[in-house]
Parts: sequence; C-alpha cells; structure tokens
Amino acid sequence: MENFKLPKTGRRSFLKSTGQLLIGFNLFPLAFCNQKENEASASMYSGIPERPHLGKDIIDSWIRLDADGHVTVLTGKQELGQGIRTALMQIAAEELDVSFDICHIINGDTGQTPNEGYTAGSNSVEGSGSAIRQAAAEAKYFLIQEASRKLEVSIEQLNVKDGIITGPKGEKISYWQLLEGKFLEGEITGEAPIKSPETHNIVGKSFQRAEIMDMVLGKPHFVHDLRFPGMLHARVIHPPTYGAKLRAFDTDTISQMTGVEKVIIDGSFIAVVAKREYQAIKAWKKAQEIAEWDIQKIKINQTEIFADMERNSNSPQEIEKHPNIKSAISKSPKTLKSTYQKPYTMHGSTGPGCALAKWDAQNLTVWSPTQGVYPLQNTLSNLFDLEKEKIRCIGMPGSGCYGHNSADDVSAEAALIAKHLPETHIRLQWMRENEHKWEPYGSAMQISLEAGLNDSGKITSWQTKIWSDTHSTRPNGKAGHYISARHLENPFEFQKGGFSGGSYRNASPLYKIPERELLLYNYDGPLRTSALRGLGAYGNIFALESFMDELAALADVDPFEFRINNLDNGRAIAVIKTLREKCNWEKRDKSGQVGYGLAFAQYKNSAAYFAVLAEIEMIEGNEKFKLKNLTSVIDAGQCINPDGLKNQTEGGMIQSASWTILEAVQYDENGITSKDWNSYPIMRTKDVPDIEVHIINRPEEKPLGAGEAAQGPVAAAIVNSLSSLLGKRVYELPLRKYFDT
Amino acid sequence: MKSFDFHINGKKESFEVDPEEPLLYILRDEFQLSGAKFGCGLQQCGACMVLVDGESLPTCLSPCENFEGKTIETIEGLQKDNNLHAVQKAFVELQAAQCGYCLNGMVISAVALLRNNQNPSEEEIKDALNQVICRCGTHSRFIKAVKRASNPK
Repeated sequence: MENFKLPKTGRRSFLKSTGQLLIGFNLFPLAFCNQKENEASASMYSGIPERPHLGKDIIDSWIRLDADGHVTVLTGKQELGQGIRTALMQIAAEELDVSFDICHIINGDTGQTPNEGYTAGSNSVEGSGSAIRQAAAEAKYFLIQEASRKLEVSIEQLNVKDGIITGPKGEKISYWQLLEGKFLEGEITGEAPIKSPETHNIVGKSFQRAEIMDMVLGKPHFVHDLRFPGMLHARVIHPPTYGAKLRAFDTDTISQMTGVEKVIIDGSFIAVVAKREYQAIKAWKKAQEIAEWDIQKIKINQTEIFADMERNSNSPQEIEKHPNIKSAISKSPKTLKSTYQKPYTMHGSTGPGCALAKWDAQNLTVWSPTQGVYPLQNTLSNLFDLEKEKIRCIGMPGSGCYGHNSADDVSAEAALIAKHLPETHIRLQWMRENEHKWEPYGSAMQISLEAGLNDSGKITSWQTKIWSDTHSTRPNGKAGHYISARHLENPFEFQKGGFSGGSYRNASPLYKIPERELLLYNYDGPLRTSALRGLGAYGNIFALESFMDELAALADVDPFEFRINNLDNGRAIAVIKTLREKCNWEKRDKSGQVGYGLAFAQYKNSAAYFAVLAEIEMIEGNEKFKLKNLTSVIDAGQCINPDGLKNQTEGGMIQSASWTILEAVQYDENGITSKDWNSYPIMRTKDVPDIEVHIINRPEEKPLGAGEAAQGPVAAAIVNSLSSLLGKRVYELPLRKYFDT
Repeated sequence: MKSFDFHINGKKESFEVDPEEPLLYILRDEFQLSGAKFGCGLQQCGACMVLVDGESLPTCLSPCENFEGKTIETIEGLQKDNNLHAVQKAFVELQAAQCGYCLNGMVISAVALLRNNQNPSEEEIKDALNQVICRCGTHSRFIKAVKRASNPK
C-alpha cells in the first residue's frame, strides 16, 4: 500500500482492509470512486480487493459482489467524458436486479480489469455493455440457484428485488448473504436468461453521472490531479519539426537552474525534471531557447496539399469494384460531379497530455489517460524490451481526447523519463504547444463524387474517389508509433503499416444505388495523423451528404423527400421523417434570410442513425452568417441513459460545427504554426448555436454506438444550409470566411 | 524566495515561494486545491480560473505576488455548510459536463457573473463563459445551467 499524499478530504479512514487483501489503488480516497456517501442505508464502500482478472469467461472478471452490500463492475473501457461509467453500471444494476446506488465501477487497469482493447469507434456499450449484461445475468442466475438450494424451493418460486431473493413464504436471503464475500468464479455459460426490455426500469432512464458532483466540488478526478510523496515534475522539449535532429545542447545551463533534478538527453529526446512544477516549466522554456537543431523542412505546403494528393498517391484500392462505372453514370439522364476538401484538423484537448510513471527495480507502473491500457502495456513492453507482466497500466480520466491524441505519447515519455530516476514518481505534463504541434491530426481529405440520376429522381449509379492519409496510427504494440521513441539515440522506426479502413468509413452510400464504385487513394502526407472522432466518416459524410443536396436540386426534389425516395432502410427513413416533423419543415422561414440544410448518416453504416437540420442566418449589414440552430434526431437502438446519449450527441454536434466553420491546422515549411488557441481557434460560447436532440428509443433493438454519429452529418448540414443562402455550392472546409466569428 | 500570505477560501495560508511563480501551481501542489486546471499557460482557455476579490481571473501566468492581500476563492470553497452553490447545483441537475476539464472555468465564470448580475440575459451568459475553452461541446448545457442558477426553481 502506498502512503499517498491525500487530498484534504478528511476521509482517510476509507482506506481500509477488507480482511482478505488490502485495497489497492484507491487513488483519491473516494473522490474518484463515485461514493453515495450520504445514504445511511448502504454501508460505506471501501473498494474491492485487487486481483488480476482471470479471463473474460469468468463472471468475476466483470462483476464483483462484496460482503458489505456493494456491486463493483469492471470494464476494460475508459471514461472519456462520454458517460460510459454510468451506462455500464445501469446495465449491470438492471440485469442483476440491484439498486443503481450500490453500484461502483473500475475502468481499465491491467492489474484488474479485462482486456477490451481501445475505447474507440463508439463500441463501448455494444461491446463492454453486452459482456457486462451477460456476466450480470449469469451472476444473478448463479445466486438464484444458490438461494433455491438454501431455501429448498424451486427457482420458479423465487423473486428478486434490490438484491434480495424472496421465497413463496416470504423467506428472504440477499445476494451478499449467499456469497459471504466469496468470489464468483463461475464461468459465463451463455445460458442465463437475459431480462426482456419491457421489464427494464433502470436501463432506459436518465441517471446522473456521479463524477459530475465531484467535478463541481473541484475534487481530484483527472490524471493531472494525482499527487504522490516525493513526486517530481517533468517536461519534454520536442523538436521544432518532424524529423529534426538535436545538434547541440548545453546541459549545464539547465542543470544549474533552481529545483532541476535531472536533464535527460537521449538522441533528440530532451526532458527536464524538477522539484516544483513551475521550476520544470522554467527549465523547459530555457531548454527550448538553447537547444540547437538540424531542421528538416516540411516539403508540401498547405496550398499544395490537395494537388500533391492527386500527384503522389498510390494506385487506388478498389473497395467496391465495378467493371465500368463511368459508362453506367454517363447512360443516366442526369449526371453530376463534385469534389470536396477538408483540411487537417486537431483533437485539441482542453487539458494537455499528462501521465505519471514509476520504476521499481524492473517493474514499471504508468498512470495514463490512454484509451487502451492493454495496448499501452503491449507497446511499453516493446519500447523497454520488458515482459508485459512487469508493466502495470492504470487508466485514469484525462481531458476529453476524441480519439488518438497525446495520451499514449505522454505515457511513454513519462516512462522513459522515470527510467532515469528509479523509485520516484514522475509526473509529465505537456505544455500547450506540445499538444497543438505534436498530436496526430485528423487527415486532410479530398473526396470526388460522381453520380447519375434517372427521371424519377432515383440515383442509378455512383462513384466515390477518396484521397486521404491514414486515420489510425495507434501504437498497438509498436513503439515506433510513440513520437519520442523515434527521437531516441537508438530510435524505433515508425512503420505506418496498412492504411486502415478508417479512410473510407461511411464513404459507401446507405442509399440504394444499383451501380457503384469506391476507390481509395492512400496518401502519405506531410503531417502526423491518426484517429480523430469519426475517422474518415467526417470528411466522407460531409462530401456524400453535400452531394445528396446537389443531386436533390438537380432532380428538383425537396431534400427530405429526395433522401427518403432513395432509401429502403426503415430506421433511416424514420429518423429523417421525425426530423422533418420536429423542425416544422413545412412552416420554415422562406424569406431567403434564413438557410436550412439537412444531412443524414448511419454511422459506419452499422451504428446509430442520425439526421440533422442546420439553420443559418444572415447578419444584417455585414454579409456574414451565423449558425443559429442545429436540430437532430438520433436512433441508437436501445437507449441506456437518454440524458447521457443527448449530452454526447449535443457535444458531437457543437464539436463538428467548430471543425466545420473554424478549424484547419496551419503549418509552413518550418513546422506547425497552430500552436495555441489564438493560432488554432475553436468555437466558443458566443458562437454556439441552439441545440436540440430528439431520441428515437428502440428498447427491443440492440444498443448502437452513438458517440461519433453527429460528426459528419453536422458538417454537411451546415454546408447545405450555407449553400442555400449563398445561392452557390461550397466545397472546401472550413467555412470561416463566411461566418461572423 | 519570499514568504506570502494568501487568503484562500476564508483561510490565511502562508507559503514561501519564488515570487514569479504563478498562483495555479501553488494552489494545486501546496494547498491540494486541484479544482483549477492547467489548460494553456497563456491565459487563453480559462481552465485555471479562480475568484479574486469576486472577479474571475486566470492563475496560470500572473505571478503569485499579484494575488497577495486579495481574497481568493476557488471552486472548492463555493460550497457553504454542505450546501452547493446555486451554480454547482444547476450544473449537477442539468448534467452540464462531459470530460469536465473545463468545468472549473465555467463554474467560476458563472459565479462571478451572477454576483454582479442576478438576472443575466442569454447574451450576457454567453459573454461571461466565452473566455473558457470547452472541447467536448457542452456549451449549450452550461448556458442552460447558468440560466437555471440565476432563476432557481
């Protein structure tokens, strides 16, 4: 047990032993563990004995019932602000038939939780949620069988409510009495009955996220807030450009500064370590000034990027093949061709990357805001040539990441630095410009679309061509994906590997089109790129749904009607029709002063259905526009937590509006020039439109990933709305010059 | 190094420190007040705000000596006698947070606004929160929460 420096909460007594094992990493005694401490009825929750999970097939790997009347859910997924903790606890409470208030949850920790890869692709409710539901059902099934034996009555005669099993004569026994603190090591057989949706009374209701209470009270919550005795603060000095090499560095100048404990130079990797955080920052500033670099220029500038894509891409991958699509299109009575472009965009996390690391003898512990603790463990194992078993990665909430941001890089760097200072907790936090300049961006993309229409407004043929750099360079086992591993004296080579399917995500129209072709031109671009919320779906839906509006105009059909006419998917049609109704489409302002734009997509063509209408107003006397309203309808199947779903969807809509109107990473031959919020502005409160989200709940359907559903459609809706006001189409993002910002 | 007396959340706290060190690091590392966050270190994002004589101000850049003798309130000090401040209450009720990293700046800006203007218009609320960067896109809930806090039900 570590003797942590505790926040002054006056609740140290919570760190207690259960009598079996010491409670493990109870990092912020209770601030972090969602306590419902005011409830006198439940005894205080003191965490669960820490032990490695025993495989995904064991109930106990997902659900633990302690002797004190609590339920602890374990998930390999991370809380990223999407509310997954609450949703997964709701699923567990529902299926177990216990009160939500006694549930707790532990997120990704290689020392405790199952390996569920990355928290990405809007998969957590579909993946982890279904595993937890199954485990909870098995646990309940097992407990009812136990009760049946103890009470000597058949299973059919037993009822369960709030974890209490009642027999026909009113005899009662609780789950906790049955278990007496023992682990549920039964296997998940798949035989336990799953509750039918009409009996649900926890799933489908809005439960509050307990951590929001902690946040408004200013309690420690983030990896940034962790403090350990003797902890030192570190900063890294990144090269001025990709591939730059350190030529000279006067270590003594930095070592002599007040509070500096260590200056690390390993090839072109530079880090400073100091007692106080501000001393580390001063050393970082000085080190930036004195470091001398051999700069490698960025060869392709911003104005050439799309031309370079066309010149220097590989021959296309045929994602959907057609023997002669050009001929199919040209046979149609009406044809259209358009090309769309989106620039590099940033994750732009509000809080810069931060991680802690500590080496003890040959063992490494890392506290990380990563989206995947097991992939992190795997990659650190490669970086240090160390057995995985000697590395523990503990997932901690970070600032919202929206994909592969700095979280993994900063974790690896913290471990690299800590290796030089054994037995010491090293806290590394990036500075703002580290974050802006070194995170992997969402790739710039060019999308060229061509289609044919028949006389009744049906799309007959469609060709998509995409030019894009990769949308995934996550470091899943390969240390060369860590930016600083490439800068070491003995560098790890970065192998981009296969271009992932992320580039053509959502490029294939959901519309029923008999003849189609999809070509992907993989491009090795000048900037570092990886997964940003929605991956290629953002650019692809922006293009596809812009083009749908152009085709609707060509067919002279109302945009709602045109989409409905070209769909045969009932749920897709339902979200579009519901949106038409919710936004009073027939009664819209037709004065010409207001622009409306519709867009629709089913994320990944397999997850949530989402339709949105954007409303833009002209600002009198200045020829600029203002985004006034975004109204949307989402069908994410069975809705676990309606308010949580709305919150995440609203957020996706505003974030996408910001990308669409304002954002483009700026760079020149000497490096990235978007280095802070002035040089890379994002949407602030004054420019935020009114937001409305309507849910179509389908309790009988499986839950569908929703976290990225809004990104692409909102872009197209804004472009469609703006184009209708301008009276001409807009093909390039961002739309900044048109807006009053 | 110099010794300073800070008045934080109703208490006098003394600390010896480099006078140019920004207040943020002292709050977080010495007084375990980690509600205020480092966001940019450039006074551009508002993650680090506290109330200084009632006004919401960033703490990431300005030397701590500038705060001596001033009344400092942090998000941790808003709750009085176990009762949430109306702004805190409204943020919880409306679940106005996603990742929550910006929440300190939003809450502190809202408290400062409502102390000067008990019934702000939507435009005034947007103005007051504009200095705080939120990347999750929770703005519309923040605006609603401040409205609710100004007119508690």
